[in-house]
Amino acid sequence: MNDAKPFDVIGRTHERREARGHVTGSTVFIDDVSFPRMCHLKAVRSPVPHARIRGIDFSEAERVPGFVAHLTAEDIPKNVYTILCLIGVEPDEEHVLASERVRYVGEPIAAVVAETEDAAFEAAAKVRLNLEELPAVFDVEEALEPGAPIVTHWGTNHFVYEGHHCRRIRYGDAPAAREEADRVISGRYQLSPIEHAPVEPTGCVAKPEADGRVTVHTNTQAIFFSLDNTAIILQIAPHRLRFVGGTVGGGFGGKVDVIVEPLATLAALRTGRPVKYVYTRQEEMQVSSTRSASRLYMTDGVMDDGTIVSREVTTYHDAGAYSRHSPYGCTKHAANAAGPYTIPNVSVDVHCVYTNRTPSSAMRGFGVTEASFALEMQMDRIAREVGADPWELRLRHAYRNGDERPYRKTTEDASLVETIQAAAELAGVELSADLRAMSSDDREGVPG
Amino acid sequence: MMGAARAIGFELNGEPVAALARPLDSLQSVLRTQLGMTGTKAGCRQGGCGSCTVHVDGEPTVSCLVPVEHVEGRSVTTIEGLGTPEDPSPVQAAFHEGFATQCGFCSPGMVAVVTALLERNPDPSRDEIAEALAGNICRCTGLAPIIAAVEDAAARLREREGAPA
Amino acid sequence: MTLLRGRGIAAVNYPTGMNLGGDPSQALIHSTPTGAFMITLSSTDLGQGLRTVMAQIGAETLGVPLETVHVDTADSDTGPHCMGTFASRATHRVGNAIIQAANEAKEALLDVAADELEAAPEDLEADGAGNIRVAGSPDRTISIMDVALAAHFKHGRTISGRGMYVKPKSEVEPETGAMDPDSTEAHACTVAEVEVDTETGQVRVLSLKSAYEVGRAINPALVQGQITGGSWMGMSHALYETTAPYYPEIDHSPDDFSHYLMPGAAELPEISSTVLEMPSANGPFGMKGVGEMTANSPIPAIANAITDAIGVQITELPITPEKVLRALEERET
Repeated sequence: MNDAKPFDVIGRTHERREARGHVTGSTVFIDDVSFPRMCHLKAVRSPVPHARIRGIDFSEAERVPGFVAHLTAEDIPKNVYTILCLIGVEPDEEHVLASERVRYVGEPIAAVVAETEDAAFEAAAKVRLNLEELPAVFDVEEALEPGAPIVTHWGTNHFVYEGHHCRRIRYGDAPAAREEADRVISGRYQLSPIEHAPVEPTGCVAKPEADGRVTVHTNTQAIFFSLDNTAIILQIAPHRLRFVGGTVGGGFGGKVDVIVEPLATLAALRTGRPVKYVYTRQEEMQVSSTRSASRLYMTDGVMDDGTIVSREVTTYHDAGAYSRHSPYGCTKHAANAAGPYTIPNVSVDVHCVYTNRTPSSAMRGFGVTEASFALEMQMDRIAREVGADPWELRLRHAYRNGDERPYRKTTEDASLVETIQAAAELAGVELSADLRAMSSDDREGVPG
Repeated sequence: MMGAARAIGFELNGEPVAALARPLDSLQSVLRTQLGMTGTKAGCRQGGCGSCTVHVDGEPTVSCLVPVEHVEGRSVTTIEGLGTPEDPSPVQAAFHEGFATQCGFCSPGMVAVVTALLERNPDPSRDEIAEALAGNICRCTGLAPIIAAVEDAAARLREREGAPA
Repeated sequence: MTLLRGRGIAAVNYPTGMNLGGDPSQALIHSTPTGAFMITLSSTDLGQGLRTVMAQIGAETLGVPLETVHVDTADSDTGPHCMGTFASRATHRVGNAIIQAANEAKEALLDVAADELEAAPEDLEADGAGNIRVAGSPDRTISIMDVALAAHFKHGRTISGRGMYVKPKSEVEPETGAMDPDSTEAHACTVAEVEVDTETGQVRVLSLKSAYEVGRAINPALVQGQITGGSWMGMSHALYETTAPYYPEIDHSPDDFSHYLMPGAAELPEISSTVLEMPSANGPFGMKGVGEMTANSPIPAIANAITDAIGVQITELPITPEKVLRALEERET
């Protein structure tokens, strides 16, 4: 790093003052918050991946000592959970509590509120569900085949991007360039769904106030995003809600789904009491959103000297049973799918596909993690096949300032070249003089 | 099922307390909900993350798996008993100054385990540190800063005791 | 049993900001009567140190000591709107909002100080130690505390500022995908060394050596925190984690930490890194977001290192011992 800094405060390490609370156990996290007369909410969830709901029977649950109330779809003022509606993404498809169908194992169908957490667990376990199972699909490509069980309510298992069945990038003419290339190099790359697994589970406490407002203490990563979505679901003016938080025990993208606040707030308004809704570790592992199990097919037209003349990427992004942030994530992925490399002909198709899996959503690296994984394995594949040095292949193709990206934006702030050079030096890899002379500001040493 | 609630007396952070609890209620839940000791965290309640670690008679113990009846007549030390923001222990200071805490949720459990380790073993090897930390999950720091903080804390403690750092 | 070693590299970009923009953040700054500064936000700290970084940006812009700057977040009643902490956006958007707010507050501060010192505001500078002075005349100086007291009780002026940053929302052209997705791009390159046990299929990551270009490291230790934490998470992603061990089947999905595997302290590689600063055009002090990028480059670097070791590419995550053994079998046939 630079030694001569013109700054007084930035560019220097300073302690995190609040971390003194972390190491002494005095920092307050959501589950540490409680109020007099607080009760607890637990969800009743589908044990099967795809089913019609025929009935819900609360009679045994209601007899559990400490039972306070139950909630079903009918109790939700606007039972639509489309968290991206705030940025204009449609359609509305997921419910806060399922009403006719469930589409993934763990989908919430009802909620119970009780005096203690134990009573809430017991009551939730005693709710009887009458479900008629339906065929389910778990593989992204199978979900797009004719005859696959349809997950969505609109009849196809893909998100529609302005009339297209996928998010597209079309730059130059990739198929034609591939025809002219010396070789075609292809790969199939698959990510696993994974969990955010923060050590602190998702949770909130909703407290009705005397003035008719509700204070919601939450570990959301996005205070206003959660507040606005909760207000829409409850059909109340947003300024009736006050969301308080700011200390999150690990997020990684897993606490932006506005999962617990709507039900807890509704229960608080219904009962007139504070309501706590905190995920168990089982719920955190199995029900909360995951990273998409994305599958990428990459086909490159490559010349014998290693020049990549075309890149075609087809990605199947597994949104799981509902959209959540996936339609947004697929667009972000499309922009990054050809990589930080200058390739004259690029075609990208990103399919946002629905399956009966746990909904996937934002996770650290959203949309780019899978691109980087596939791209860098593909670059090595190319290097091996044409006999090129993997460092040289990357440095030659690394984008420079002034290059046009496949989404037609002019590159600025490019620094991949310098970053690769620095990594080589750190790893003790001697690059040739030509490669060491390269820079993001010129195309010195780059053929063509 | 869980037995009738009764007074269960033990020593908490050096003071005698009596919790009114069912014998099989977890020590974790009694500490957090009845005794105001919310520094002990509830990350999983399955014994898998270590964020609920306390000392029972000086031994690091996963409090979510321990019935409160088990500590009757014994001494329990929680994170609150190990140090305060105004007067942190050497272990806590090493964690803080070494940036071995990010979100902070695993920190109380980590500090409890590390404090117990250094009480028994003032100069642990990396392997011994790794073994001691095996039951504690950290999702943020990547663990390396925590190991460095343990070594730093060990040096601070040895210096305090007068031994060469 | 044979231990095969391999080395692999991965070079990646990571965009700063919510994709396509349209994700605003605001900041409010006000001085207390005795010259401390409160930065009011509704942004969340996930452990990455947002509060500290925002205080540093505010203090730098105002020209005041860090100890006199406090960050109050997150309460939707008092904090102005922020889109949230995700997409490596927080320092960039909130930091820019703070700079704007701090500049407005600083203007008021210098105006009042100018009055008190009987000088022109443009001749004044903050000394970084809690005072405002006439540049070149160190004896003509006044403490910020006295300026604040004068502003509040004599001049009837607030020393406060408002800031807001939004990258205008970009549309996407449906046919070509033309769009403006991000504010700037950070970069990383990781070199991984692994050792593969051909009998058990286990992979040991020996080292991860990486370069990161971050625009500007506002707080070097916090950048390092993302590097070390991200390296570990990337390794975990590459070799251990899955919610679907028999993907695409949904059976045997883990429900506790004994089944959801992540590397422990005994599995840590040697991690070394170097940080480059090539300031961005639009980040606060040129910074670029890095919190997500650090978890991305280790994954293909490790996968490529395994390929180098065993001569077969395993292109499906996580690269478990099972997958390694099957790949080795396949290599034999």
